[in-house]
Amino acid sequence: MSPVEMNLEARFDAYVAEEKKIEPKDWMPDAYRKTLIRQISQHAHSEIVGMLPEGNWISRAPSLKRKAILLAKVQDEAGHGLYLYSAAETLGVTREQMLDDLHTGKAKYSSIFNYPTLTWADMGAVGWLVDGAAIMNQVPLCKCSYGPYARAMVRVCKEESFHQRQGFQVMLNLAQGTPEQKAMAQDALNRWWWPSLMMFGPNDSDSPHSAQSMKWNIKRFSNDELRQRFVDMTVPQAELLGLTIPDSDLRWNEERGHYDFGEIQWEEFYNVIKGNGPCNKERLAARVKAHEDGAWVREAANAYAQKQQAKKTNATTHAA
Amino acid sequence: MSSTQHEWPLWEVFIRSRQGLGHKHAGSLHAADAEMAIQNARDVYTRRQEGVSIWVVPADAIAASSPDDKEVMFDPANDKVYRHPTFYKLPDEVNNM
Ligand SMILES: [Fe+2]
Ligand SMILES: [Fe+2]
Repeated sequence: MSPVEMNLEARFDAYVAEEKKIEPKDWMPDAYRKTLIRQISQHAHSEIVGMLPEGNWISRAPSLKRKAILLAKVQDEAGHGLYLYSAAETLGVTREQMLDDLHTGKAKYSSIFNYPTLTWADMGAVGWLVDGAAIMNQVPLCKCSYGPYARAMVRVCKEESFHQRQGFQVMLNLAQGTPEQKAMAQDALNRWWWPSLMMFGPNDSDSPHSAQSMKWNIKRFSNDELRQRFVDMTVPQAELLGLTIPDSDLRWNEERGHYDFGEIQWEEFYNVIKGNGPCNKERLAARVKAHEDGAWVREAANAYAQKQQAKKTNATTHAA
Repeated sequence: MSSTQHEWPLWEVFIRSRQGLGHKHAGSLHAADAEMAIQNARDVYTRRQEGVSIWVVPADAIAASSPDDKEVMFDPANDKVYRHPTFYKLPDEVNNM
């Protein structure tokens, strides 16, 4: 590194340490840029792939009201993906490149979306737990040091709370319904609980990049801190529903002032990340197909725009 | 590769949140032309009545000051404190001026 660059980097570090924001054209270390591109694009991919498990139930929602709510939620997730792709583009990566990385399997997305949504109760569990965990992760990002990411997250967070509330309401209705409906809700909780805890990422001791991200004010709280908060918040909600969290080690720890909970099965987590989850292939295939099926629309729109442009140019030349 | 295979151009989106306020930058999006950019901006940025008017501008049509010029551009205003009303100490009797 040249002395000039060292100076720039020192200034950058001091600036970020003062809680100031970095904007697209400002000087930033290469590693900061790369970390952000990776994180924001993965986040965008998660929003987009995240539409699939819920999209699965739009045509089978139990009422018109539920169908409209689910449609609105899935549309929001599309919006979240788009805010985030544009935020990533301010760092110099193209949309095409990001989509390419997703479609070739080079880029990752949240592994939670590789689980199937088997019953209507899964729409409740996903909103309540998956969106709930996402909110826990996303709220601190509203204060992250990179301006466009922080601003995108403010919009996202405003919209997320409806997602979690509608999910909880689905669970509540089922939990207060017939014994079969309650059993369906319990089954959904059983299947979504552990994958939701995995959404916070590996334990702090196995999370090598966290320290740098914390120093850069991209990350504010450690994986384990956020996971603990999620557990503490969710246990009373499950009690209110009259449902049982599938963890025999779960109990209130008076001394710590937090719930203790069981060991997470990390082999499962890494196995799903590696591509061996129940739905990895299906999810990716659905995204690739959507992209390929849309190719003619993108081309037609471009051709139309060019034709209109040519007409306009012609008109002005003739007028002149 | 034909030009139709290239990705749609990038547009910056500005939204007037309510009558009486200026348009404010909301974000950006891709669209083939201005009409589509406005349509997409409506779907992406105003799903909850966040706006009453939308501007879209091709991103490459925006000229911007450079961050490297920040000091040259904006620091000279720093020592002109007499441009602020608080610079003038007046008798208490005219305190509401
Ligand atoms: Fe989202
Ligand atoms: Fe959501």
